[in-house]
Amino acid sequence: PPTPRPHACLTGGPVPRRLFASYPQTKTYFPHFDLHPGSAHLRTHGAKVVAALGDAVKSIDNISGALAKLSELHAYVLRVDPVNFKLLSHCLLVTVASHFPADFTADAHTAWDKFLSIVSCILTEKYR
Amino acid sequence: MVHFTAEEKAAITSLWGKVNVEDAGGEALGRLLVVYPWTQRFFDSFGNLSSTSAIMGNPKVKSHGKKVLTSFGDAIKNLDNLKGTFAKLSELHCDKLHVDPENFKLLGNVLVIILASHFGKEFTPDVQAVWQKLVAGVATALGHKYH
Repeated sequence: PPTPRPHACLTGGPVPRRLFASYPQTKTYFPHFDLHPGSAHLRTHGAKVVAALGDAVKSIDNISGALAKLSELHAYVLRVDPVNFKLLSHCLLVTVASHFPADFTADAHTAWDKFLSIVSCILTEKYR
Repeated sequence: MVHFTAEEKAAITSLWGKVNVEDAGGEALGRLLVVYPWTQRFFDSFGNLSSTSAIMGNPKVKSHGKKVLTSFGDAIKNLDNLKGTFAKLSELHCDKLHVDPENFKLLGNVLVIILASHFGKEFTPDVQAVWQKLVAGVATALGHKYH
């Protein structure tokens, strides 16, 4: 997929806002966060997620290796129900589409959807 | 039973008023077939679906997309009775077309993404949330008569 650069559009802003607005049940994973738009928690966390995606893109032929530690974290500590990865992926795509309509062609859409679905698989593959 | 507030209805209808149903319909159905190629299983009679450009330019895809989105427009005029509005179409999709209802969710989300790309900033998180509610309601209504 096109290399994501850590634009402001992805870090801490629209993506979690969209996730929490459309799928309020996802807030249950963040009882310890200040979820107000622009909060430091969201900005920091958003940056982490975007950085991890960046790592996956850089190692696109070995995403499993690049995300091995994160995969363990999600399996043993975070235990986010797998359905939520689809919800987050969708909100990422909506955000990218709204910011880069000309670049977000049908082929780019396909590649990104595939990429995010593979990342999601890898992050949940150690669950059991 | 999904319920829309007056504000939500207004948000939906005002955005919908700016949508070119023919273009958006072709775009939505085309993207469904490109991004989720297994959905092509329902469209053997549509001719050339062998590449992204073939699919996006395919006249049958465009015309069917327009039909689908026009029907969405009917839903928008009947937000208080989605199940009733789609009862016959639900039976059709189950008994004649044999479409897995999962596909309604896929198409709904593709439509949301297309609206995001057309409307940019205007497609705020709150506007998106209302549209997610709508596409979920339509998907449920279309699956309601399955047996």
